[in-house]
Amino acid sequence: MTSIPYYPGCTLNTVAKGFDQSARQSLQLLGVELAELAQWNCCGACYPLTPNNVIGLTGPTNVLIQSQKAGGTVSTLCSFCYNTLKRTNLVMKEDVSRRTVVNDFLGTTYEGEAEVLHLLEVIRDRIGFAELKKRVKRDLKKLRVAAYYGCTLLRPKAVAIDGSESPRIFEDFLETIGCGAVEFPNRGECCGAHLAMSNEEVVVRLSGAVVASAQAFGAELIATTCPLCFFNLERSQKHALEETGETATLPVLYFTQLLGLALGIAEEELSLDGNLVDPRPALEAKGIVECVVREA
Amino acid sequence: MKIALGTVGLDNAFLEQVERESGEDLSRCYQCGNCSGSCPVSFAMEIPVSQVIRFVQLGQEQTVLQANSMWLCVSCLQCQARCPKCLDPSKVMEALRRLSLRQGKRPVALAQVPDGFLERSPQQAVVAGFRKLIA
Ligand code: SF4
Ligand code: SF4
Repeated sequence: MTSIPYYPGCTLNTVAKGFDQSARQSLQLLGVELAELAQWNCCGACYPLTPNNVIGLTGPTNVLIQSQKAGGTVSTLCSFCYNTLKRTNLVMKEDVSRRTVVNDFLGTTYEGEAEVLHLLEVIRDRIGFAELKKRVKRDLKKLRVAAYYGCTLLRPKAVAIDGSESPRIFEDFLETIGCGAVEFPNRGECCGAHLAMSNEEVVVRLSGAVVASAQAFGAELIATTCPLCFFNLERSQKHALEETGETATLPVLYFTQLLGLALGIAEEELSLDGNLVDPRPALEAKGIVECVVREA
Repeated sequence: MKIALGTVGLDNAFLEQVERESGEDLSRCYQCGNCSGSCPVSFAMEIPVSQVIRFVQLGQEQTVLQANSMWLCVSCLQCQARCPKCLDPSKVMEALRRLSLRQGKRPVALAQVPDGFLERSPQQAVVAGFRKLIA
């Protein structure tokens, strides 16, 4: 069993527990322990865009320093954490003046030595898709899954997880575990992000467009890497159900829940039951999990 | 919306302030409109992002700060990815938010956050929302 430092971030310990647990269990089965950093703090959720907001860099830098102490690499699951840590790391590597201010403030000498990886990269580059394929235990029956990247895995280009205009990593991952990956036009479009707090109308429109685009390309389910995308994609559908009588829904799952299914983890352990849009009927219809009678 | 240009309200200090805060050189922008064309929230903005930049170039502080545009920007970076002049409009939007927040102007009061939102939503939404819209 090898081990890799892991930064869960604030949301994966609370509302997105299923994301965290399915990742830990799955990686365990693949021979990799996700070793949570001994000490960590919130990354700040969004990279501070204005250059003189140096204080906003201190939180993520502290996480990077903890990662360096833990061995030099850090893996993340949440797209926001990935983006914030990786952009901050670039500043610490390349921008001498801001680096100096941050280090003086923290009393450190960090120069961007840590490497930030998303779990999809860990699976592709450290474990390998060929190896993963050998470990698949449950047939996912070419379930048509839309690979939704959203913004923060792809932009800016300097921190993109794969080609920022034409990425393949997510689709390749889904194909490897036995899904039929759906590459759809809105896969890199925004879900509405933090406007969830202030403007439901805009979120419903943006997330609704993502769902509609995936549906139009034949998806039976959407896979995501981000708890906020998850929240917005589900909520926009609930809104559509309530307000417009629209009934065609598209369940959303974290990519690690699909991974867990493929590796043979029991469905009861994968938190498939807490969703606003129940993913189980789609999985049952395909014969991926057994049909059960549930109370409405 | 009706656009009237003139020397009334012209404020170079405002342009300098936005450039300093955003770190962007706004004279690079030649108004091609790519950013507004790729912005997913243009439909709801009172002034689309390329025009926000134009108004800042012209020092029209009130026009820019009164529009809802900066508060609807989701920092998706589509504009940054598309700008042929390598300008980053997302930083300009962030600069405008910060200048407004410093003046005590914010689009959502805590009391307006929808019922149950703080309990149900991912923390990252709350943290990001606070940073962009409240603090
Ligand atoms: S894309 Fe760039 S150059 Fe074109 S209008 Fe927008 S900021 Fe200006
Ligand atoms: S970052 Fe803001 S202004 Fe730029 S495209 Fe996205 S929403 Fe529009």
